[in-house]
Amino acid sequence: MSPVIEVRDLRKTYGSGDTAVHALRGLDLTVEKGEYIAIMGASGSGKSTLLNILGCLDVPSGGKYLLDRIDTGEFDEEQLSLLRNRKIGFVFQSFNLVPRTTALANVELPLVYAGVRRPQRRERALAALDLVGLGDRTHHRPNELSGGQQQRVAIARALVTSPAIVLADEPTGNLDTDSSREVLGILDRLNASGRTVVLITHEDEVAAHAMRTVRVVDGRVAGVLV
Amino acid sequence: MRVFEIAAFAVRGLTANKMRSGLTTLGILIGVASVILLIAVGNGASSAVQQSIAGLGTNILTISPQRAQPGSTAKPLTTADAAALVGADSPDVKYASPVVSAQATAGYGDTTHDIGQFIGSDPRYFNTTNSAVAQGNLFSDNDVQQARKVVVIGATVATELFPGTEPVGKSMLVNNIPFTVVGVLAAKGSSGLQDADDMVVAPLTTTQNALTGYGSLTQIVVQAQSADALPNAQAQVTTILNGRHKITGTADYRILSQDQLLTARTATTETFTVLLASVAAISLLVGGIGITNIMLVTVTERIREIGIRKAVGAPRSSILGQFLIEATLLSLFGGALGVAAGMIGSQFTIAGIQPVLVPSSVLLAFAVSALIGLFFGSYPASRAAKLRPIEALRHE
Ligand SMILES: Nc1ncnc2c1ncn2[C@@H]1O[C@H](COP(=O)(O)OP(=O)(O)OP(=O)(O)O)[C@@H](O)[C@H]1O
Ligand SMILES: [Mg+2]
Repeated sequence: MSPVIEVRDLRKTYGSGDTAVHALRGLDLTVEKGEYIAIMGASGSGKSTLLNILGCLDVPSGGKYLLDRIDTGEFDEEQLSLLRNRKIGFVFQSFNLVPRTTALANVELPLVYAGVRRPQRRERALAALDLVGLGDRTHHRPNELSGGQQQRVAIARALVTSPAIVLADEPTGNLDTDSSREVLGILDRLNASGRTVVLITHEDEVAAHAMRTVRVVDGRVAGVLV
Repeated sequence: MRVFEIAAFAVRGLTANKMRSGLTTLGILIGVASVILLIAVGNGASSAVQQSIAGLGTNILTISPQRAQPGSTAKPLTTADAAALVGADSPDVKYASPVVSAQATAGYGDTTHDIGQFIGSDPRYFNTTNSAVAQGNLFSDNDVQQARKVVVIGATVATELFPGTEPVGKSMLVNNIPFTVVGVLAAKGSSGLQDADDMVVAPLTTTQNALTGYGSLTQIVVQAQSADALPNAQAQVTTILNGRHKITGTADYRILSQDQLLTARTATTETFTVLLASVAAISLLVGGIGITNIMLVTVTERIREIGIRKAVGAPRSSILGQFLIEATLLSLFGGALGVAAGMIGSQFTIAGIQPVLVPSSVLLAFAVSALIGLFFGSYPASRAAKLRPIEALRHE
């Protein structure tokens, strides 16, 4: 097996001087291709900080992050945006859909920046929406969708570019039990089809979907529970 | 392909908030339209003034009284002065007409009209001012000698006082004194800042009797034998008047040739145009600040959206492009509407002035509006594009 994510001595410090917050203090983590990992830990332990760095949304203060064996530290902003577009699908706790824009247009968004042509783009976006069970909601705007439906649109957007890894920061945090079950079902199917999935959760039932759970304590990995 | 998609995002951004886009466009529209229109009005005024002065002919001198220097007494310009200017000592002077002018109200039946200029002079005055008679006759030297209460009226006065009737032969009241209309002058058109047809000419003697009294003349209008003889005529007039007024130092009168008059008036209207243009430029600037303001608000309000776009892989250039296109479209659209409004507006007569479009002002206003969009839009746009995705997403 080859590691798709390899993190060595990762550090992240917010601010400086007396008010500096050390969110990550030398974290090591390896994720193999096709794995399904749950990250757990107390509030403020650095889980989101880690996932944002894995998603190339933020840059670490120290350490190495190899994505598909490539050192992301040597990438400039332009190349990072390419990585985000091609290799990573990110699902947020708060959905983060573009407001006043239809579900279809939201899902098409990464494909636009990837330069995919319109007919193909439409086809792939519709297929992704079908996959999350929203084939009949394509022309609804975010404010016309329930929380669970919005999160499924967000997942469709994360998977439409067929990324190597799907990262989800508490994707069920704002959802009720039924919606959570649907969302987790989709992530399970994604993983079953070969995608690497990393998700953050506070709930053991959610973590139970994963192959293994990584526990973060004070910006380091405390132990791996299989 | 990509540029087209980004432009589509920009258009969607603008149409998502039509009210705000509309108001910003309106700001630029007003700025551009007022630049074009006000410059056209200024230009129209100065060309009208030039035309009216050119209409006087190139062989005219006007003499007007000048205030006395301290320590000496100024002699008034008199009818005798005017008469003395024509004679053997001044072979280059053809005519010299004494002129007085007054403000007066005319009435006929129930209609009254404030006359722009009531002038008292002699029959040569019509010749020197290129005034032709359209109906009836001019008054004669005999009318002047007898101080008859006759008037020749301008076209504006004729239409104001005698709508639908034949003015010649009618008796009209000037400051409640009855005058008989003997003729109507052909229309000359507006001379920029004042209506040249809003005037009445009566014999000098009558005017002095009835309206102005026997003080100084307002002007003596001198016609030289020809345009070439003008400098000689001016020298002869100066000699005669200096002798009559016993001038040793500064003269108590002033002689202006038509050339000097033109220069003086052109300078005035140029100041006027510059003034109008600066008012207009300020309104264009305010429109530009409006765009910056709206773009700042738009960008700030949509920082989360920018974060989302960056999170799914939008490169910096596409974010920058999207917001620059939004700003430029706003100002180009406003600019185009402003050009249209300015061109349509300049077809109408404004405050008695027929505006004359200056093509370079249209280009300038349009180019400035487009640049304003680019310039003022680029600051907020580049600020938005530089944000790290996570910073943008966390923005409150
Ligand atoms: N932008 C920031 N500026 C300053 N400090 C930050 C910032 N983001 C996070 N932190 C701090 O870093 C630490 C780790 O935060 P992080 O969001 O990674 O925690 P978390 O494990 O995701 O917590 P939760 O389970 O509540 O989401 C916290 O102490 C937090 O206050
Ligand atoms: Mg978190």
